[in-house]
Amino acid sequence: MTESAVVMKSVNKWYGQFHVLRDINLDVKKGERIVICGPSGSGKSTMIRCINRLEEHQQGDIIVDGIPLTTNVKNIDDVRREVGMVFQHFNLFPHLTVLENCTLAPMWVRKEPKAQAEETAMKFLKRVKIPEQALKYPGQLSGGQQQRVAIARALCMNPKIMLFDEPTSALDPEMIKEVLDVMVDLAQGGMTMLCVTHEMAFARQVANRVIFMDQGQIVEQNEPNEFFLNPQSPRTKLFLEQILH
Amino acid sequence: MSLSYVRTIDAPKLPAPTTTAGTWAKLRERFAPTPLSGLGTLVIAVFLAWAIWSIFQWAIIDAVWTAPDREPCNAPGAGACWPFVQAKALQWVYGFYPIELRWRPNIVFLLGGLSLAGLLIPKIPFKGWNALFFFLAFPIIAYVLLTGGRFGLEEVGTEQWGGLLVTLIVAITGIVASLPLGILLALGRRSKMPVVRTLCTGFIEIVRGVPLITVLFMASVMFPLFMPPGINPDKLLKALVGVGLFSAAYMAEVVRGGLQAIPKGQYEASMAVGLSYWRMMLLVVMPQALKVVIPGIVNSFISLFKDTSLVSIIGIFDLFNIVQSGFNDAKWASAQTGNTGYFALALIYWVFCFSMSRYSQFIERRLNTSYTR
Repeated sequence: MTESAVVMKSVNKWYGQFHVLRDINLDVKKGERIVICGPSGSGKSTMIRCINRLEEHQQGDIIVDGIPLTTNVKNIDDVRREVGMVFQHFNLFPHLTVLENCTLAPMWVRKEPKAQAEETAMKFLKRVKIPEQALKYPGQLSGGQQQRVAIARALCMNPKIMLFDEPTSALDPEMIKEVLDVMVDLAQGGMTMLCVTHEMAFARQVANRVIFMDQGQIVEQNEPNEFFLNPQSPRTKLFLEQILH
Repeated sequence: MSLSYVRTIDAPKLPAPTTTAGTWAKLRERFAPTPLSGLGTLVIAVFLAWAIWSIFQWAIIDAVWTAPDREPCNAPGAGACWPFVQAKALQWVYGFYPIELRWRPNIVFLLGGLSLAGLLIPKIPFKGWNALFFFLAFPIIAYVLLTGGRFGLEEVGTEQWGGLLVTLIVAITGIVASLPLGILLALGRRSKMPVVRTLCTGFIEIVRGVPLITVLFMASVMFPLFMPPGINPDKLLKALVGVGLFSAAYMAEVVRGGLQAIPKGQYEASMAVGLSYWRMMLLVVMPQALKVVIPGIVNSFISLFKDTSLVSIIGIFDLFNIVQSGFNDAKWASAQTGNTGYFALALIYWVFCFSMSRYSQFIERRLNTSYTR
């Protein structure tokens, strides 16, 4: 049996009185690519944001790469070094150049010397196909370019797990493909990935498993072909009808 | 009619139309687009001409330029009494600092001016060393040189300091202390820890709710009552602490405004790449937040600079106090002495404040390049 990258056991979370995550159980193996979909407000983002502790869960256990997520600050730091994240709105640092965005964490968190950090950064900027933009500021780039920089920034920390929180939702239609191409490339390189996305073609192409969430629960999960061709739950069927037109 | 259409020839790219042509039309557009606004322009122009002419007449045409004492300034119709300013200029700069020891403040002015220029002018290299000198070495050198009593330097008590020297000491100390203190207070006020938050909020709200004069009075009169007998810190030191803490409270609110302008995503991205709280603040949040509030920060600096004149109320002879005290000099007291003194005083304050304002605009423009496409 392959090792687990992320384990969530009976995870519950509330926002005030609102039960946002209900009894989440999930075991992600190393190298697995998981796509999470579901209607808005279903807790998809909250769930993956619990994995790097941007959100705190209140009950249950989350173990990332063998490290249990508790209030222990050191554990949280350790987990964040192993987990990269890409956001819907890119969240690049606008006062720093593309290159500086990529070298900031390696230099200050991993204490890499500047030259080495820049070399790594350029390697990943080449991988996302924008090395020529290294000295520009994020504000000078298009949305698709910014999101590719955000992916490179996350990769520079050499994460074992990558989280994608609706990475293409804020993009103009003609820029979605360039970002998805980078994600496919990453998946083919064997990265463990959890993607919240509604790009169903992407899900079919790279996912090992598709998870459908609704009202804070995991309603259905399956390998992609079965999931799309033969959904079991009525809620999944309804959702798929709505998004696949 | 067919709906089908295919463009075969590109529409030509034309220069933008000039809405109104000619100098005359442009002038009219600017100063009198309607008859009523034209009348407004005229009224304002007449008022400005009158005001500027009056000041010009008083300060230049009718002014007394050379005089051994107050006599010519007392003549009917005399304008500004510039010889008074000339006679008192050095006192305005040094206060009652012993004349034969003025080389000591001179060295302080020179070192401070040079290293400050080195810090403020972007092209000058060695910013790190310069900052180290200005913020660490220079205050010690200035303290030793100005107070004396060491290395064979004659001791000069702070009660002998005065004029621009004291104004600059209070203003620069206040500015240098209030920014870092204000940043810490602002962070504290937004902290998740209840004790830290309550302490910072309490400090800010109490200090902001009290006039600076009260703070200065309390520092100089009430503070010694709570101290054991025999311990009475220097008057100028107490004023410095009072001014510093007072402006820190204002600065904290300015900085907090900047912090609120930073989107949540910036914090999340910093945490996601593993930055600790202090690194996130230092490397990601503060550089952006402070940039947003440069106008507010400089606004605080400018009002702090002018508020230094309030230390005169506890008997410190800063620039304002020393200029005013010169009016009573029997040799110079005349009808125009006060007017001239206040006019010159206003001009000096204005030069410093306007420089700060211009410099901040320069820095804003310089930093602004990164955001625009």
